[in-house]
Amino acid sequence: MTTSIAARRLSLLFAAASVLIASSAPALSVEPSIEVSIAPGRQAQLKYLLAQDCGSCHGMTRKGGLGPALLPDNLAGKPDQLLVATILDGRTGTAMPPWRGQLTEAEAAWLVQQLRRGVE
Amino acid sequence: MSMCLNRQDAKQDFLEPPRRQDAKFFLLKNDFLGALAPWRFVLVCLGVLAVFRSGRFHVVFLAALLTACAATPLRGTGDLGVVIERASGSVLIVDTTHMSTLARVQGLGDLSHASLVYSRDERYAYVFGRDGGLTKIDILTARIVKRIVQSGNSIGGAISQDGKLIAVSNYEPGGVKVFDAETLEQVADIPTGVKVVGLADAPGQRFVFSLFESGAIWIADFSAGRTPELTKFDHIGREPYDGLVFGDGRYYLAGLFGENGLTELDLWHPEAGARRVLPEYGKGEQKLPVFKMPHLQGWSLAGDPIFVPAVGLHEVLAIERGTWKQIARIPVHSQPVFVIGRPDARQVWVNFAHPDNDTVQVIDVDTLKVVDTFKPGKAVLHLEFTPRGEAVWISLRDEDRIDIYDTATLKRLGTLPAEKPSGIFFTHRAHRIGL
Repeated sequence: MTTSIAARRLSLLFAAASVLIASSAPALSVEPSIEVSIAPGRQAQLKYLLAQDCGSCHGMTRKGGLGPALLPDNLAGKPDQLLVATILDGRTGTAMPPWRGQLTEAEAAWLVQQLRRGVE
Repeated sequence: MSMCLNRQDAKQDFLEPPRRQDAKFFLLKNDFLGALAPWRFVLVCLGVLAVFRSGRFHVVFLAALLTACAATPLRGTGDLGVVIERASGSVLIVDTTHMSTLARVQGLGDLSHASLVYSRDERYAYVFGRDGGLTKIDILTARIVKRIVQSGNSIGGAISQDGKLIAVSNYEPGGVKVFDAETLEQVADIPTGVKVVGLADAPGQRFVFSLFESGAIWIADFSAGRTPELTKFDHIGREPYDGLVFGDGRYYLAGLFGENGLTELDLWHPEAGARRVLPEYGKGEQKLPVFKMPHLQGWSLAGDPIFVPAVGLHEVLAIERGTWKQIARIPVHSQPVFVIGRPDARQVWVNFAHPDNDTVQVIDVDTLKVVDTFKPGKAVLHLEFTPRGEAVWISLRDEDRIDIYDTATLKRLGTLPAEKPSGIFFTHRAHRIGL
């Protein structure tokens, strides 16, 4: 009897903890497992691309240039799907080119996550 | 006497990658030299005076000179240049005769997009940074003379015909600000409300620039003083992305991103208005993605034909200057970024946008054909010819180095380490209209 109560309490605790963890994680429309699936070496390449090549238009500090600023505040309220689609397919009528072919959907989603977190 | 650059110190500084500590160390050493300078000057003057009085002119004058420059020899700046290190907010001062690096100057802010112009004495470089920073550097002493942050986001600048005004083109807030070249005090503010690109100087104390979103070209004429007379040309084409004034100062040419072709403005006859160049060019053809906006300033010489990058097509266009007729469409490796004429206008060198930016092509102006294709390394961002074009310096961002090539043989002459180098600017630009 005592063991079963202890077990129930423990499972409740776990449930509470998992809810806490879930709510503290940033809201993502992509599965967190996608992030895990990008190899660390590729992550470094993507970060470099973000800093250097996205940086040609958006600034290396992402405060904008010919392209708009991409700081977390600028992206707030814009859904992930829109941002991922912008990266992959560009934006017609602007200088934003489509990166599909150079980036996978998962990689674009990972970049959006990085931008939202405001990586240095 | 601050004209003496202590090469030993500078080299020492360069050996280490840019770090705060090194910068401090370097500045301290320079401050020390700077503090000595007036004393050395006084010594020279006393020496010369003493000599005139005593009559033994030659001997003592020589002695005085030796005193002045025993530690730091006098030198000119005609073979110097500045290289932007875009990720670390620093620049290198380089020597094109000895293919060496003399010093690194730090503390220039965000240089992710940066360019510069030179004072007409070729001693000072005015660096325009992404963060709106305008930094005046003394390239002889390798020190920042003055630095201001004049806007939130800038793209480039120009120096006036008389060398007294520095104009900066801004994205945020959009417009052009003009400063006194000596003091960097603001002289004029020309708000446009939109991003300004393609700012260049033109004869008659004029600055010419394009407005990206509103598709306009403006001329700001400072010949009457500090208040400019503005002439505006609307409907010049959609989204001009860059512009240039040719070496003879007659034409301003703007490249268009939002539509086909270019726009020219005859600065001898501005009343004739801006006119489209090759509006039919590339019409109906599938546009390819542009992963890096091309630049136009490469072809600032008075050579004919002129060569410009196509936008969204992997071609370089050869155009007859003045009549603006297409002479050739030259197929190239990828989206051209810089299309730069060798000073004698016999060769045109081209680099390309990401992800094909490991390649350089050479076009022979005589045959209008690509005669060489080679891969100097990863991320070729810029090329700069020595004043008379026997060599070309190539910045390789992802290799952290600058390579120097013989333009006749394509043999690599040397290589210099640099932190994420981008723009290379040699001092002979000081005396070129439009640069």
